[in-house]
Amino acid sequence: MGRAKTIARRTFLVGSAAIAGGVAFGVWRHATPYANPLLRDLPEGAAALTPYVRITGEAITLITPRADVGQGAASVQAMLIAEELDVALDQVETEFGPPDRAYWNTALASEAVPFRATDRGWLAETARDVMGAPMKFLGMQITGGSTTVPDAWEKLRRAGAVARETLKETAARRRGVARDALDTGDGAVILPDGTRLSYQSLAAEAARTEPVTDVVLRDPAAWRLVGKPMRRMDIVAKSTGTQDYGIDEDQPGLLHAAIRLNPGHGAALRSYDAAEAEGMRGVERIVELPGGVGVIADNTWRAMQAAQAIACDWAPAPYPAEMDGHWQALADSFTPDRQDSRLRDAGDAEAALAGGADVEVEYRAPYLAHAPLEPLNATVRYTSERTDIWTGTQVPRFVQKNAASITGQDSGDVHVHVRVAGGSFGHRLEDTVVRHATRLAMAVPGRPVKLTYSREEDMGQEYPRQIAMARGRGRVAEGRVAACDLGIAMPSILGSQMGRQAIPTPGPDLQIVAGAWDQPFAIPDYRVTGYRAPELAPVSSWRSVGASTNGFFHDCLLDELIHAAGADPLEERLRLCSHAPSRAVLEAVGEMSGWGGPMGAGEGRGVAYCLSFGVPCAQVVEVRDTGEGLRVTRVYVAADVGRVVDPVNFEAQMQGGVVWGLGHAMHGQMTYAEGAAEQRNFDTFRAMRLNECPEIVVRGLETDDRIRGIGEPPVPPAAPALANAIFAATGQRLREMPFGRAVRFAG
Amino acid sequence: MRLTVNGTEHTLDDLEPEMPLLWALRDVLGIRGPKYGCGIAQCGACTVHVDGEAVRSCQLPVGDVWGAVTTIEGLGTPKAPHPVQAAWIEAQVAQCGYCQSGQIMQAASLLAEVPDPTDRDIDDAMSGNLCRCGTYPRIRAAVKAAARAMREGA
Repeated sequence: MGRAKTIARRTFLVGSAAIAGGVAFGVWRHATPYANPLLRDLPEGAAALTPYVRITGEAITLITPRADVGQGAASVQAMLIAEELDVALDQVETEFGPPDRAYWNTALASEAVPFRATDRGWLAETARDVMGAPMKFLGMQITGGSTTVPDAWEKLRRAGAVARETLKETAARRRGVARDALDTGDGAVILPDGTRLSYQSLAAEAARTEPVTDVVLRDPAAWRLVGKPMRRMDIVAKSTGTQDYGIDEDQPGLLHAAIRLNPGHGAALRSYDAAEAEGMRGVERIVELPGGVGVIADNTWRAMQAAQAIACDWAPAPYPAEMDGHWQALADSFTPDRQDSRLRDAGDAEAALAGGADVEVEYRAPYLAHAPLEPLNATVRYTSERTDIWTGTQVPRFVQKNAASITGQDSGDVHVHVRVAGGSFGHRLEDTVVRHATRLAMAVPGRPVKLTYSREEDMGQEYPRQIAMARGRGRVAEGRVAACDLGIAMPSILGSQMGRQAIPTPGPDLQIVAGAWDQPFAIPDYRVTGYRAPELAPVSSWRSVGASTNGFFHDCLLDELIHAAGADPLEERLRLCSHAPSRAVLEAVGEMSGWGGPMGAGEGRGVAYCLSFGVPCAQVVEVRDTGEGLRVTRVYVAADVGRVVDPVNFEAQMQGGVVWGLGHAMHGQMTYAEGAAEQRNFDTFRAMRLNECPEIVVRGLETDDRIRGIGEPPVPPAAPALANAIFAATGQRLREMPFGRAVRFAG
Repeated sequence: MRLTVNGTEHTLDDLEPEMPLLWALRDVLGIRGPKYGCGIAQCGACTVHVDGEAVRSCQLPVGDVWGAVTTIEGLGTPKAPHPVQAAWIEAQVAQCGYCQSGQIMQAASLLAEVPDPTDRDIDDAMSGNLCRCGTYPRIRAAVKAAARAMREGA
């Protein structure tokens, strides 16, 4: 065990310690497939031909291990398997599968190496491949980083093809014909005479057939499903109130729980008085927890009422009590000893700016709640033999491991049943709710306990989007941007997040500069420096992570420099950019918006661009000053994901990303006073609503040679495009989000 | 206390009248289509109809319910969806879907009252329903499509 641990640590270090040491072992391990987890609980007569396909007498089930938090992951994963398996989507069921190392996420690695996504050189590609090996070794079964489609693209089609060919091999043997004389379609093997043998009728025999693994993936010209508009598999359930989420979990004998935690996130509970709560109707048990207290009752409302009635004495928050302290910590972080990275350093920015700057500015971005509409919840049943957990999560293996360490059981005795989630945006990368629910369930062994956070607890216990500050300066010459120097200070998201999982994160945190250092612009003197601020409030990944703040900083600085140069915002961005897919998305939004065409009085048009998660995305925002506030009237957005797997969901993710980016830029902030979050519900944490939503025109490009995800890339350009549009309409530069602090938006 | 939900009458004798209708539906009657999102009538995920009127069930004490309650489950079913639900399916509105029960109940109540709503009518009726996934463009399109279908079907 000692040896295995050492190797695990060493192989994980590969990403940041360049590409030496431990690689060989990692690669060896990489080549050894994990056991198929579906074989563990397989009923007699059923077949699990790969970890992604299970066929029983009752159903064909496709395992879609990336969590569906609304982004359509289950449907797209099923589509990729079905494309090669030759089943219709209405013939199959989907399941998220158990936590297992077999479901590792290799695509996450490409975000963890210090090479620009546009860098396709040998060293960059080798680093990505090698980083993939430790990701598999650690079994990072994570949904995030817009990696679901890139990770699944080959793997799931291959899984479908292996299952199909194995079923054909089974039929070939049964009927004494050659496998390549057989066809497949709609869940059946088709014999040369047209006879159909359903997959289910072949399942028992197929389970004893050696899998056929030398499969060739189909030519795109033969695709039935990929690239075509698809109907989401959950769309009827989600339109008729019949979709069950984690919060709807019901088990025999279910108890309900609520919680009261220190609003100074992470600080201790000094003492509490639950005398009143204990006497309240329906209350079964009061349980002290780390940093708070929980109430188990016979329904959720009674549990929440009782939790409110507990008097608590809280220890002070482990971070600055007021916002001034947070901003000061960032302002103090622009120092050599806090420098985390300088991955972009072209020309000599220092020399170019020695004689003074044409633009010198500071930008700020606040903490933000994820606040998915389904509050955090988990249902746990504990017995001394096994623990069952039902919850919507992006990190099922962390959930399993951490629950096991609380119950003292082996991980194998903790069964995680992943549930459909009512949104996440990064919220369900944390598993604190499950840890609390596990402790509550241990107080009533054998009884399932559903813990539901009140909205106030959910927001009060946020691991918000990072707070960040940037300082930018630059010079212009002869109508062009000549020098650009951007420094960004924020606490390490990765350090905060992985620290809670006890996973070390050595080396620079690329998220501190993501969306800024890696932009494909050829500015002669061009420097991007990341500064790691001290840990403040605990933070976590929020839809588009580092780029959610840095896309705003980088593109607004560029826009200010272009304005100082007297150049056209779109033309100068194009002149500076030689990356073909990036040029294509900029040209697309220019064409879609009629860039340069006339605008009315009080109207303005702003363009912005950000490359994040490997996806170039450009937006043009149009605003109008109505006299009663600014109104965002139209947004044009284009992105290149290499291949649009489902145009319906692509449009939905693009529009949703724009709404997310705009709404938070206009209104969103989470602030702390006396150590507690001041925004605890949707009355104070404002988001975009329908009356503010502009028309959003979407275009997907497919020029890039690599397939990418689309959940996050539309977010970073939205805020700068809005700021640049407001400048064009009003002459006012907005350098601090939310913009609603400085301007008024029309209701 | 008697409560009629989706045409079925329930007797709820052992319940505090101040318990919000939402929790009576979800935890006592097991009707979980209406969702808990905020508890303070800011998000609309809990929207149900009382005598056809859209109300936030998280803020309505069960003892104050003045008429028959219809939840999303009573509006239509997967096999026989209400025209608003059919429009939601056709437009593929839902992403996470958690707010959509409330959105659909709100839209159904709007269209029962205003068969041919303007954009302004839709803004006024629907802006109390929050969608964190940002499905608003499709919500607007689906409301209009449902209005057309209901007018043509009438």
